[in-house]
Amino acid sequence: MKEWHSMTIAVLVGLTVRWAVSLNSYSGAGKPPMFGDYEAQRHWQEITLNLPVQEWYFNSSDNNLQYWGLDYPPLTAYHSLLCAYVAEFINPDWVALHTSRGYESDHHKLFMRSTVFIADLMIYIPAVVLYCCYLKETSPRKKIANAFCILLYPGLLLIDYGHFQYNCVSLGLTLWGVLGLSYDWDILGSLAFCLALNYKQMELYHSLPFFCFLLGKCLKKDLKGKGLLLLIKLITTVVAAFALCWLPFFTQLEQTMQVLRRLFPVGRGLFEDKVANFWCSLNVLLKIKSLLSPHTQLMFSFALTFLSLLPACLKLTLQPSLRGFKYALVSCALSFFLFSFQVHEKSILLVSLPVCLILNEVPFMSIWFLLVSTFSMLPLLLKDQLALASVGTTLGFGVACASSFSIFENISEEELQLRSFSVYVRRHIPGFKVPAKMLKTWFLVSVTMMSLLTLTSITVEPPHKLPDLFPVLVCLVSCLHFLLFLIYFNVIILWDHRNGRSQKKIN
Amino acid sequence: MTCVCSCSPGTAQESRGGPGAGAAEPFSDGAEPSYSTDFEVHRNWLAITHSLPVSRWYYEATSEWTLDYPPFFAWFEYTLSHIAKVFDPEMLNIQNLNYASPRTVLFQRFSVIFTDVLFIYSVYECCKCIEGKKAGKELTEKPTFILSVLLLWNFGLLIVDHIHFQYNGFLFGLMLLSVARLFQKRHLEGAFLFAILLHFKHIYLYVAPAYGIYLLRSYCFTADKPDGSVTWSSFSFLRLIALGFIVCFVSALSLGPFIAMNQLPQVISRLFPFKRGLCHAYWAPNFWALYNALDKMLCIIGLKYNLLDPKKIAKASMTSGLVQQFQHVVLPSVTPLATLICTVIAMLPSIFCLWFKPQGPRGFLRCLIVCALSSFMFGWHVHEKAILLAILPMSLLSVGKPQDAAIYLLLTTTGHYSLFPLLFTAPEFPIKVLLMLLFTVYSFSSLKTLFRKEKLLNWMETIYLVGLGPLEICCELVFPFTPWKLKYPFIPLFLTSVYCAAGITYAWFRLSVSMLPGPAVSKAKLQ
Repeated sequence: MKEWHSMTIAVLVGLTVRWAVSLNSYSGAGKPPMFGDYEAQRHWQEITLNLPVQEWYFNSSDNNLQYWGLDYPPLTAYHSLLCAYVAEFINPDWVALHTSRGYESDHHKLFMRSTVFIADLMIYIPAVVLYCCYLKETSPRKKIANAFCILLYPGLLLIDYGHFQYNCVSLGLTLWGVLGLSYDWDILGSLAFCLALNYKQMELYHSLPFFCFLLGKCLKKDLKGKGLLLLIKLITTVVAAFALCWLPFFTQLEQTMQVLRRLFPVGRGLFEDKVANFWCSLNVLLKIKSLLSPHTQLMFSFALTFLSLLPACLKLTLQPSLRGFKYALVSCALSFFLFSFQVHEKSILLVSLPVCLILNEVPFMSIWFLLVSTFSMLPLLLKDQLALASVGTTLGFGVACASSFSIFENISEEELQLRSFSVYVRRHIPGFKVPAKMLKTWFLVSVTMMSLLTLTSITVEPPHKLPDLFPVLVCLVSCLHFLLFLIYFNVIILWDHRNGRSQKKIN
Repeated sequence: MTCVCSCSPGTAQESRGGPGAGAAEPFSDGAEPSYSTDFEVHRNWLAITHSLPVSRWYYEATSEWTLDYPPFFAWFEYTLSHIAKVFDPEMLNIQNLNYASPRTVLFQRFSVIFTDVLFIYSVYECCKCIEGKKAGKELTEKPTFILSVLLLWNFGLLIVDHIHFQYNGFLFGLMLLSVARLFQKRHLEGAFLFAILLHFKHIYLYVAPAYGIYLLRSYCFTADKPDGSVTWSSFSFLRLIALGFIVCFVSALSLGPFIAMNQLPQVISRLFPFKRGLCHAYWAPNFWALYNALDKMLCIIGLKYNLLDPKKIAKASMTSGLVQQFQHVVLPSVTPLATLICTVIAMLPSIFCLWFKPQGPRGFLRCLIVCALSSFMFGWHVHEKAILLAILPMSLLSVGKPQDAAIYLLLTTTGHYSLFPLLFTAPEFPIKVLLMLLFTVYSFSSLKTLFRKEKLLNWMETIYLVGLGPLEICCELVFPFTPWKLKYPFIPLFLTSVYCAAGITYAWFRLSVSMLPGPAVSKAKLQ
């Protein structure tokens, strides 16, 4: 079969599953007075359409910030405005000021779902296809398998098309950024990433690797000549992109400050709900939220995040390589997710995207991670009545991955990218071997545990005294996985000698 | 081989879960009670068989959707109803019309998915006995792999069973299994399976002539003359008696109780409702759709040039084209007997070939498809879903010869497109378009890879198939926004039906010709 036929089929399957998921319920369906993220997005359309730009981020009689006030950067607001124009054209009731609050109907749902579908089709999916088509040192078959699995990743699918959000836009733009950097189109890449950052402030999780990689590139090119030129070009691009996005809010200082306050709500506490990160899991044993003052919490989380980021970022700045860049994206995003302040369960998608990018390098570990990441959002998905859709798409993803990457056949040091690490350890502990066989057992145990927990969460009522038993268990299990994954990815980054000077040492 | 079948059913099952899970949602919404009548039909049958004694099954008429399938299917529903009880006993109440609680939907959907296991098994059996063109070392390029995907991911079966709602999966499973058994020379088993199938759903009578003739000719006669004609002396009475016994035994099992209760006429009248009219509400794309369209056109021309008296024409036939009873104005009206005669005439050539020039199980399969397609073309009150009866067996032939592959591509693409009106709500629109594209892209690319050297479709056929795209855009995207929508609401269905009818008629014609062992072919070969 021709390559592009197979690619078309992969994309079509992805689209079909997306739309099938979108027929399901969404977050906060029929749950007044606050509803959910679906209503938030609709409300933003209402606000951006009916109020002047200056009032978008301010509390007023027309804009109650307590009720889903706009708390994303300007690009999201512009996107909402664009959707609002279309909505107003179709049915003005959908975006009427005040009266449209909590508006729900089959037609409106269809409209909202198609806005996500179109955004996905225009930004995320082309980026994935292009990324996979230009993978180096990969057979055509593998490229298609790669694209197929990335497109079927259930986490993003369920959050965007079930729960309802536009993660495909911010993640897609980041992917365009990665694509740009891969082809040495640094200006375009950084432009795409700036747009992503202006769409969702959570993209800051990815910003450090981008920064370090580009800085490292400039340093490598000699900072006095070509490197300086590149640096100036990059700075100009970033400043221009930000200026353009924030133009309406630069008129007054108060405007800018208000937007920033809305974007970074430091007052909201260390974490909300049940998140599979370090703090929430620690909270089960130790009530840190009540033990420490909010300020200390902030300091602690900042310090820990910084420390866990540092090795990967330093390494990337000193030895910038595309491969290291991808791994650094994973490790930094994971550090942010585990240790930073005010993390949402959905933020795990920011880690999943770079993990998808290394799917062809370490298939076994990536697939494991992607399964765990979907599982970590289980409490949220169950709340949105997406149980059937989650189980269905996860099974489909599992089958697709298992048939396209023979994951069990090659779990070796080489395949896990741990060769240089074990060589290093062997110098100190002779006879050290990466427990590849044991990893397989662990994987099976972990998958069994996750399926059992999913099954019980769906079918069994929790005991009266512990109403949050299952969500807490889900968080603990996923958090434990994520911590181990963080160590694993950092090991790969630190012992990566492929592009470094130490290449000679091994030889 | 095992790898093929163990991997593809998995994915197919998954895909079934996907749209099924999605399509289950509009039911639970509560806005519309139910959009698929067949969903309510089957719920009602569950209720009937569960709460009434057998003697009342074929008399019960609280709901308009009375039991009109043969007894085995009723027993099947009866068995299911015992599991349904666990999910939601309310769905087993006959008075609960249009009942569709989330649990009911879940149960019904899962019952279809689970009974599909039989279908998957039969596909596996069929793949074992079909030896297609030898090609390619890669797994995905092997005919068996292609065949299993073409069957398991069949767009028509997927939407009719898992979105619209019916139990065709396991019924086709029975049919394919019996075909596979005949291929494996296990004739009695094949006959037995087909007899059971007939008592599950009597639409399979369409293909019964092929079975009858084939078993009589190639099983009851044990030897052929060298030129392929019958050796009358080789007739084996024992085999005929065995076949007869099987058929009678299955029929007795199914109809026996009703004969004992003296209800046979009632059962028959339920199974064959000839009062329903020549065409279904939406004209199935067959010969009669073309006939009706011609009548309509003649009528309009006649009115324009004052050849017809407007007063004589019933008003109903002018304003709405798609009522149950279509009044022919110019052409003679068609009676059930006429359709029967047409069907038999259409089948005859292929039946003759099966008798005089038997070509083994492949010839039988080809004859079976011609019978199914002929019945579809000329039958009385044919549903558009009946096209699956030709499409699924045709998949088996498609991986064998390039000519068959070409017919298959024409038939499936047109036939599948003609199923589009089954799903008419807006949220289903992307699903049906995407699934159709998916299947069409796969079938074209895989068969083109399989027959790399041959040209499958000529320019006329290609243009015709490409034309389906603009047709769909006109009918579903442009037409609803034009002022004609209120005045002529039937135009999209009319266009779809007539356009597809042309393609299916052409495919039927090509298939019937391929059945004839014409001298032209052999001459061409000699040259």
